[in-house]
Formats: sequence, structure tokens, C-alpha cells
Amino acid sequence: MQQFAALLRKDQQPVRYLVVDDSVFARKNLIKMIEQFGGEVAGEAGDGLTAIAEYNRAKPDIVLMDITMPQMEGIEAVERIVRQHPDARIVMVSSVGYQENILAALQKGAKHFVQKPVKPEVLYEILRYVLGDDPHAAGAPVALAGESLS
Amino acid sequence: MRMELIQPFINAADAVFAESLQAPTTIADLSMDENTYRRKGVAALIAIKGDIEGRVILDLAPEVAMKVASHLAGGPLPESEQTVRETVCELANMVIGNSVTLLNDQGFRFKVFPPEIHMSEEGLAGTVDTEAMVLCIETPCGEVFLNIAMHYLHRRRREQNAVPALD
Repeated sequence: MQQFAALLRKDQQPVRYLVVDDSVFARKNLIKMIEQFGGEVAGEAGDGLTAIAEYNRAKPDIVLMDITMPQMEGIEAVERIVRQHPDARIVMVSSVGYQENILAALQKGAKHFVQKPVKPEVLYEILRYVLGDDPHAAGAPVALAGESLS
Repeated sequence: MRMELIQPFINAADAVFAESLQAPTTIADLSMDENTYRRKGVAALIAIKGDIEGRVILDLAPEVAMKVASHLAGGPLPESEQTVRETVCELANMVIGNSVTLLNDQGFRFKVFPPEIHMSEEGLAGTVDTEAMVLCIETPCGEVFLNIAMHYLHRRRREQNAVPALD
């Protein structure tokens, strides 16, 4: 298993993630990666409506958001979260990666997009980038993504 | 059967399993099938309607699904029907998502329906598509079967229009 330098906030606390996906299987997979990155799961949601409630409750540093979900899709949830919290950092995680979808998500306020199946080293790089403008983030980690530290 | 419509699904399935399992995969037993599909394990059927229409079936044995789930979870998982369903469903979503991305960027517009999971003894219902591409992907976790029937909508409409009215 690849090892990654921990992504930490500036206060040296773990980055807190909200994981949103209607598939428990997909959430488990993302949570495994978050743990590899030294992060902490602040909450989970299986649809966009629950994601909004969970965001308001947990105030995570990063949201990993699926697009196709029941009740409310990810792009609408992004729009609503960003309207309430303009500083929200949301990364879309979807198997459907066509240009219209990506553009729509970015226009609504998502910071980045990663296509499933998610490669840990790709997600790690994206999280580094998204956390890069975060005043609470610890800055560049000591190892490049995908580089084994073992 | 239009290979330009089938190829994105084959490529996506191969890539999804190779990337998910971080291991090489092999496509084997590529063939055309005109018979009703006989399920081999737990099958996810995904229907597509729009400029192009048809359906894709992803089919794998429960033991294979559990091996894939355990691999992705980073350790062995207790075997359960729920885990098997979740795994097959998410794998099907990833394969379809990746393939429709390619087709959508080529200008096709269509709707993808959520996967229907079939694991009972009743088998799969037949579809209007009798001619399908069937293939087996050999992975380190076991065999995965893919059955793809896809056509252009205008072709189907022409075929329907050619059928004389019965009344």
C-alpha cells in the first residue's frame, strides 16, 4: 500500500472531511484513502440534502462529493453549500466525467474534479492543491504524491 | 452491432478493473450472442436511452465481488449479500460512467438509468436487443462478464417504421 505524508491543517490537526456518495462501498473506499492521508472523517452522507445538513453540523475542511445521487444531486448540493458558505472546499468525485458535468460543478463553486475509480495519488495531489489556498492548511507535505516513504 | 458504440464500454471496463485492482487484466472470449442473456453470478443491468440506446450487463460471481470489495477496502470484509450488491453496483456505475464520458464528449446525448441488480434465481428479463457483444475480463480476483447491446436510435426508429401495422 502506498504511503503518503499526512495532509494537516496549519494548527497541525488532521484535515476533516465530509464524504458524500450514495454508495456505501464508494464511501468506504474514499475513507480508506482519507486515513492514508492522515485525515479525519467529520461526516458521511448518501445524498445531497443530507450533505447540506452534515456540512452545517460538521463544518468540514474538505467535502468529497459524488454527482449522481438520489433526492438531490451533487451539483445542486454544491450550489447550496457554497451559497451559504462561500469558503467551502468541495471536490467532485464521480465516474461520469464529461465536460458539461465538470463545468457545471465548477461553475457552482466546486474546486476540483476527480474521476472514479479514484487513484489515491491523484486524489492526494488534488487535495494538496485545494488545501493550498487554505489559511489553516499546513502547506506542502514532505513527499510527492505516490512516492513511497516506507 | 456498431463497434464504435461498444468499444468505449470495453475500454472502460478494462481500465476500471485494472485501475481498481492495480493489476493487469485480460480480455478473453469476445463473441456475439443472439440468445437471451444467462446470468452467471450477480448481474447489474444498466439501460441507456437517447441518441444511442441499449443496455449493458456487468456480471460477476459473489466470491469475485467479495474479493474486489476486500481489495478496495484494504483488508478482508465479512461476506454479505449487501456488500456483494454494493460492489457490483458501484463497479457497474464506474464502468458506465467512464464509457458515457467518452460517448458524451463525442456529442451523443442520452440518459443512463440506475443499475438494476439481479441476484435471484429468476434470471434477467429479455430486452429488445437480441444481438449483444459478450466478453470476459480476467482479473486477479476472478472472471468478470460484460454483455453489451447498443444501437443508434435513428436506426431503431427506421427498423420500427419498416414493420407493417397489424390492424
